[in-house]
Amino acid sequence: MGNTPRATRRYSARSPLVGYLLRRLGTSVLLLFGVTIVTFALANLVPGDPIAAALGEGAASNPATVEAYIKERGLDQPLPVQYANYISGLFHGDMGISLRTTQPVADDLAKAVPATVEIALLAIVVSLGVGVALGSLAAYRRGKISDQLVRVFSLIGLSIPTFWMALVSFNFFFLQLRIAPGSGRLSPALAPPPTVTGFYTVDALLAGQWVTFTDALAHLMLPVFVLSLFTIGLLTRFVRTSVLEVLDADYVRAGRAKGLSGPRLLFGYVLRGASLPILTIVGLAFGTLLSGTVLVEAVFAWPGLGSYAYNSATSLDLPGVMGVGLVVGVVYLSINFAVDLLYGVLDPRVRLA
Amino acid sequence: MSDITTPQTADAAAASTTPVLTVAGLTIGIGSRKNLKSIVKGISLALTPGRIQGLAGESGSGKTVTSLAMLGLLPSNAVVGGSIRLGDTELVGMTHRQLNDIRGRRIAMIFQDPSSSLHPQLTVGTQLTDHVKRHLKMSAKQARAHAIELLDRVRVPNPAEALARYPHQFSGGQRQRIAIAIALACDPIVLLADEPTTALDVTVQAGILHLLRDLADERQLAVLLVTHDLGVMSAIADDIAVMRHGEIVESNVRSEIFVNPQHAYTRELLASLPGAAGFEEASE
Amino acid sequence: MRKRWLKIPAAWITPLGVIGAVIAITWVGIAFTARLWVPFDPLSQDLPRLQAPGIDTLMGTDALGRDIFSRLMTGASVTIPLALMLVLMSLVVGTLIGAIAGYFGKWVDELLMRLTDLVMAFPTVILAMVVAAALGPSLFNAVIAAFVVSWPQYARMTRSIVLGLRTQNYVMAGRLMGFSPFKTLRVDIAPNVVGPILVLASLDVGTAILLLSGLSFLGLGAQPPTAEWGSMISAAIQNFDSWWIGLFPGLAILTVVMAFNFVGDSLRDIFDPTSQVSRAGARS
Repeated sequence: MGNTPRATRRYSARSPLVGYLLRRLGTSVLLLFGVTIVTFALANLVPGDPIAAALGEGAASNPATVEAYIKERGLDQPLPVQYANYISGLFHGDMGISLRTTQPVADDLAKAVPATVEIALLAIVVSLGVGVALGSLAAYRRGKISDQLVRVFSLIGLSIPTFWMALVSFNFFFLQLRIAPGSGRLSPALAPPPTVTGFYTVDALLAGQWVTFTDALAHLMLPVFVLSLFTIGLLTRFVRTSVLEVLDADYVRAGRAKGLSGPRLLFGYVLRGASLPILTIVGLAFGTLLSGTVLVEAVFAWPGLGSYAYNSATSLDLPGVMGVGLVVGVVYLSINFAVDLLYGVLDPRVRLA
Repeated sequence: MSDITTPQTADAAAASTTPVLTVAGLTIGIGSRKNLKSIVKGISLALTPGRIQGLAGESGSGKTVTSLAMLGLLPSNAVVGGSIRLGDTELVGMTHRQLNDIRGRRIAMIFQDPSSSLHPQLTVGTQLTDHVKRHLKMSAKQARAHAIELLDRVRVPNPAEALARYPHQFSGGQRQRIAIAIALACDPIVLLADEPTTALDVTVQAGILHLLRDLADERQLAVLLVTHDLGVMSAIADDIAVMRHGEIVESNVRSEIFVNPQHAYTRELLASLPGAAGFEEASE
Repeated sequence: MRKRWLKIPAAWITPLGVIGAVIAITWVGIAFTARLWVPFDPLSQDLPRLQAPGIDTLMGTDALGRDIFSRLMTGASVTIPLALMLVLMSLVVGTLIGAIAGYFGKWVDELLMRLTDLVMAFPTVILAMVVAAALGPSLFNAVIAAFVVSWPQYARMTRSIVLGLRTQNYVMAGRLMGFSPFKTLRVDIAPNVVGPILVLASLDVGTAILLLSGLSFLGLGAQPPTAEWGSMISAAIQNFDSWWIGLFPGLAILTVVMAFNFVGDSLRDIFDPTSQVSRAGARS
């Protein structure tokens, strides 16, 4: 057939995926630079007086103190120079000192990021599980009552104000029923587990602290539930569409013609075929989760990125705001980069083409 | 539509073997109860071992729907009447669970475009063995050996290596050979081929057709070859039924259809062949 | 496209779309008339504090002795018009930018799309929060912040549609006939953008309401004593035992957003043929 040599050569050629990923990495780094410019510009837009906020009214009325402060922070230099200083600091892991907590922003964020990522990861797993199940059900039962119910359910999920749901469920499950633990990441009686990953559940397991683990997990339940409602709605809608498309594909018909059915067909053929679009939306859903944490953490007193962002923003803490913007940008971009990587894993055409 | 010639009158060889699959008075409608569109209007066919039955007709004539009906793969809003018998088993009205033991095992199918009928994200090996494990209860190792044998038979080079590859790493012709190997993996008695060469380069079409012919002879397969292309028919079909608007207008052995067409529509189809003057020229 | 545009009224009659439209219209009606008929002044503090829902105060009173029902109804006139205005603003600006990027291509496209990338590199609420904080907490600034994060999706969608159309023959023909760029955009391209953008916009009204009330909940939007749903909910954090303070404003948000989502989702069925129940898939 004369085509074999070509097929063989293609197969053994160096994977172009590497080139693709390098390109993506390049754009991500460029975007990150953009992110720093945006956050820097925004931070300097602040019409309030951050120096007064940082020093307190008393100290701010003393011109000498203010001048010393300005000198110390390099605030008298032109903006481009300030920006350059900020960037060069970033390369040494220096994100400045928070005006609010007076701690290095990098240290603050190192504590806050794992708290938020722990919720977000768990929420994405829950949403993906429920979303795939409901979305597949709706697609298989297209046009039937169950499809309609799933549709209404997921649209309601997309309509619930997260912060309100957090409040209502906290009130109901904690204050009324007393079956959920209170706010925060752990009960006050327990000490945080030794830090390895920063995820309390994982760290507790690593340290063999079973009680701490269950307590941390229990504290995760409500925030994860509340956050998941929106992403479940999002994923369900999307999984339904993708599965419907795949159910119509020739290779699924061919699978049926081979006598495959049930879970073997669903997992082996249908969901595998739908995995790429689903993956894309999971990356997007992660962004909405990060957004959601800002609102949910406020209610559950969760010491994560959302709370930190909120506190920094409302107290005009420029280094804090910039740090959050940068870190969230990094987290979001790395998630999308991970999605690209997974694309290669899931699709041999990307990996080997 | 009265001038249907029956196959029995034509060729003694055709009548000598008993059919393995008989379609009698098959009707298919698609749509809601109120708005049912009739696609197939009472057709009859018989597939016998070792023979290739051609089913010709334009797109929309109902030929593909007919082949899907034999596997029970019609959309859920399809209404099927009449009878499709596999040996002594009636397929019309079977549950999907019962059909799953027949699909791929007794009746296999190859589709028009192998680049869409093979799953792009599964290796050739997986697609060649998953139904073998289900139907023939083979171990993974046995199934693999079986798969290599099959790929070798359909003349895919380096079969052992090919198992680990993905469909996009093969040419169109190779892919269709793989699809044929998948269809034959559980040793079916009936093979449905829906436009098996239409999506392929002209240069590789002949190879695929000869492979089908050889396999039909060697394995005593009863083949239903569905195509709009009478050129393809002339190459390998033993018998040809011409379908139009859901009905079979003429059915006969190949030579009779090409040399002595009875129905005006058959003559029309023949006239549209390249070279148009007749069978002799077209088959050169 | 023109034809389908005219067919909308008939297709509107889906249960979900009708329910959504009725609720949405009711809320819009409330938004414009509430001040005329609410039983109490939403800002006056002369009722008993933290009174549970009852005959005279349907939804109870808050910690300052204000009638929650009256605040809730007048709250509609704060959030809903602002959300509609926000969506309109994002739609006009985003669509225009997307059309320009898609139509002119090259460096214009590159520049504008990198700009959308930059905005979309942040999760919406976080960017909106930072912008709102930087501008200073006020309802007007919250709208600006929400606008900053919401226009890029319109730009992206319009751009991709325009890119797809730019090479279509009839668009090319128009250009060859000497249509100016803006005439081409208006005559040949705009009609194709209307449907998808309308769907996006109707779903975006819900998102806008969630975003605006979320910012107010964080204290970055509406300032006291404005009766705004998000800030009413945040007031409930200080009074956990008085469940009615937070419950009703949340239900108000939920029903409005849901109504617009129902409408948007039904519109999508109309404008996006691929999501329609036309091609029934086979299933086992």
